[in-house]
Amino acid sequence: MKTTVVVTIFFILAILHQDFWNWNNRDLVFGFIPAGLAYHSAYSLVAALFWYLVSRFAWPHRTEQWADETAESDS
Amino acid sequence: MTTFYIIVGYLALLLGLGVISNRFFKGTSADFFVVSRSVGSFLLLMSIFGTTMTGFALVGSTGKAFSSGIGVYGLMASWSGLIHSAVFFAVGIKLWAVGKRYGYVTQCEYFRDRFESERLGYLLFPILVLLVIPYLLVGVIAAGKFIQPTTAGLFMEAFPMPNLPNGNPHPLSGGVPPWLGSGVICLIVLFYVFFGGLRGAVWANTFQTIVFMITGVIAFYMISKNLGGLKSASELVAASDFAADRLAREGLIGKMQFLSYLFIPLSVGMFPHLFQHWLTAKSAKSFKLTVVAHPVFIMIVWLPCILIGIWAAAYLGPLGPGQSANSVLGRMISQLVHSPVLSGLVGAGVLAAIMSSLDSQFMCLGTMFTRDVVIRKFGEDRFTDNQKIWIARGFILAIVFVTYLLSLALANSAHVFDLGVWCFSGFAALFPLIFAAVYWKRVTLAGAYSCIISTAIVWCILFYNDILAVKPPGMEEEEMLIGGMMPVTIMIAVSAVSLIIGSLLSKKPSEAVIRKFFP
Repeated sequence: MKTTVVVTIFFILAILHQDFWNWNNRDLVFGFIPAGLAYHSAYSLVAALFWYLVSRFAWPHRTEQWADETAESDS
Repeated sequence: MTTFYIIVGYLALLLGLGVISNRFFKGTSADFFVVSRSVGSFLLLMSIFGTTMTGFALVGSTGKAFSSGIGVYGLMASWSGLIHSAVFFAVGIKLWAVGKRYGYVTQCEYFRDRFESERLGYLLFPILVLLVIPYLLVGVIAAGKFIQPTTAGLFMEAFPMPNLPNGNPHPLSGGVPPWLGSGVICLIVLFYVFFGGLRGAVWANTFQTIVFMITGVIAFYMISKNLGGLKSASELVAASDFAADRLAREGLIGKMQFLSYLFIPLSVGMFPHLFQHWLTAKSAKSFKLTVVAHPVFIMIVWLPCILIGIWAAAYLGPLGPGQSANSVLGRMISQLVHSPVLSGLVGAGVLAAIMSSLDSQFMCLGTMFTRDVVIRKFGEDRFTDNQKIWIARGFILAIVFVTYLLSLALANSAHVFDLGVWCFSGFAALFPLIFAAVYWKRVTLAGAYSCIISTAIVWCILFYNDILAVKPPGMEEEEMLIGGMMPVTIMIAVSAVSLIIGSLLSKKPSEAVIRKFFP
């Protein structure tokens, strides 16, 4: 379930990267950042927030436990 | 001379770091190759970020924004923020886990066990080495080419250059020549990697990442201040006929090109030097900070550089004949700031970004040769730990020497930097292999072979058409696009399809392998 949510949000973010509506927008946000650049800077922050939430709620604890077990248990 | 002294002082600090890291060296091969798997969150973040950001991050990004405008941030920075972290999270942690559990140090060791084939390692080793060497070359050549203009005029007696045909003095006269600048950079990186192993590289990367991030922000502040503030600088762009287009993407970057750039950052999944860095982590939790902070760190470095790039288009105007867009950052600093201290700091920052990638690449090549060739050939117990370390050091020395000689031969080739992009594409095209190895139980050795071989064939064909084949007049400098998309799109598609078909048409992997890698 968690994996499905994470993958779904990831793909939504990937789609949102293609901001065609800003393609010819030369407006300056806050008077100095071009709109497309402001959008993608905010996108970087949203990506960081997304990965924070993933690391908080969907961290692969089992992988970590498995790594710490001894390899002999495989045989 | 202040600029020169700051750069020399910075390089001396790196030598000192090499000496100190050597004092912490435990004398074992595990410590030399993977820092005894003891690296915590902060050092992992800084070393991985420093390794993925090359000299391009400061100089190239500014130059590219000068030519192609603000879309460059979306192409390279915001895609990387999302995709790099995804690869660290989805692939890096899994590989760290199998590496820790089964004692892997290199990619070939993992692939050999995962696909139960010695030969696969011998096929992959030369491919990975051949893809890393041009990437190294770009760094070594860039360092030499950067030091020369930065020190121009300082050593007129030692390094004079003949006047230009029009009688004007050569702008690079008196600068440290590339053969010397590149040589010194190689020796410094060699010093701290040689004595400190991967610990030396991790510490140096951390220090260098801090340096290039801070210098970028300082340069941004000083340049914007001298342009009359942030608003005035950007309004100058809007008012300029030459620069105004750079405020948007229309006419500069195609929509399919913008979309297909998403495949380039997948290369981090197959970089052998990043694989080795992942294995240094103390625990999976060490990855958390890297996964979360990586997009923000990219923004801190790239946003100021992109703005400086578009401001430069308005302030400097069109480039003259023989002028490179990569010189834009240096010209903005020299014309607007007039501060030898800042020029020195930015110079140190650019070299920091270059060296923080070189060290990891040198280190991983030495490790791969020792583990994947020598130990595989003669057995784990044939050599003592100390001998293994010296074998790695010997190979690193040989690789640095060969790379240095190649850099002298190719320093003036027009295509060296294009070669770097093709290396990234090659690594990215092999991403389906690592992703399938980690997540798909049904992937087989035949699938792996067909993936690697088909990728190599497609890469060679596209590379030939872009770099070696004669192009129609006026098209020489055009970026190669297929259906408006980056060539890497085709390469990844072919690689993934070959992997899937090859796997489905061959016998399933053994139960023992599935139990071993899919708990």
